[in-house]
Amino acid sequence: MSEVIKETPLKKVMIICAKGTVEDVYAALIMANGAVMEGIEAKLFFTFFGLDAITKKYMNKLHTSTVGNPALRMPGGLPFPTLLGALPGVEAGVSAMMKKQMDEMDVPPVDEFLDMITAGGGEIYACKLAADMFKLTKDDFSEHVKDIITVGELYAMSGGEGTQIIFT
Amino acid sequence: MAQKNYAGKQIEVTEEGYLVSPDDWTKELAVEMAKEDGIELSDKHFEVLEYLRKEYAAGTALSIRKVGKSGIVDIKGLYSLFPGGPLKLSSKYAGIPKPASCV
Repeated sequence: MSEVIKETPLKKVMIICAKGTVEDVYAALIMANGAVMEGIEAKLFFTFFGLDAITKKYMNKLHTSTVGNPALRMPGGLPFPTLLGALPGVEAGVSAMMKKQMDEMDVPPVDEFLDMITAGGGEIYACKLAADMFKLTKDDFSEHVKDIITVGELYAMSGGEGTQIIFT
Repeated sequence: MAQKNYAGKQIEVTEEGYLVSPDDWTKELAVEMAKEDGIELSDKHFEVLEYLRKEYAAGTALSIRKVGKSGIVDIKGLYSLFPGGPLKLSSKYAGIPKPASCV
């Protein structure tokens, strides 16, 4: 007789993003948006360089690194030389190309993405320690940022059966 | 595959309850399907369903972003029409396949 395994459905995800590259930020945004679309409660917590994703001045200007990124390839599949990636303007160009490709896949710019997530009931938070360190206040952040919170407050929100904390 | 009785007819559905053939769709069927989830379909719901059916027939890959830009309803409105599954539930009631998009 086969054993019946009872699974606990996922009810809430706490997603933490600590980096500010296009791929790190979008991984967090896509996971959060995907959660609310499935009826799963989602809270997104941005810390350290991840704060760029919610800082008005930088949120729509994120870059992907063209230096020291072995998975980055030229169109056609040849490896992207690190020295080429170090030239002025190359990182901006590659990042712009990536964003264009994402737009074609219906992946929106960061501000619009935050809009979509909060429209679905998702919540966006900034880390207090990192905000203090980078001298950022609520005024620097997108209107979608609900609050600047401590790690203790983050854990206090993480209770309940079927909750997962995901560090992207 | 399974069969379900909607509006007095045996209809072929997938295991998750999506219609196998979008041509089987009728308004009455949509009303009965939504009722199973406790949702009462309004005219606004039907505007969304008809938009989805039209776009699906045209071969468009659907996303909540597209629906939000359709001029019918914004994303917040879409969530309140189809709680807990803005694209999944609306696609189901529209009689089109389960959405395959991540956004």
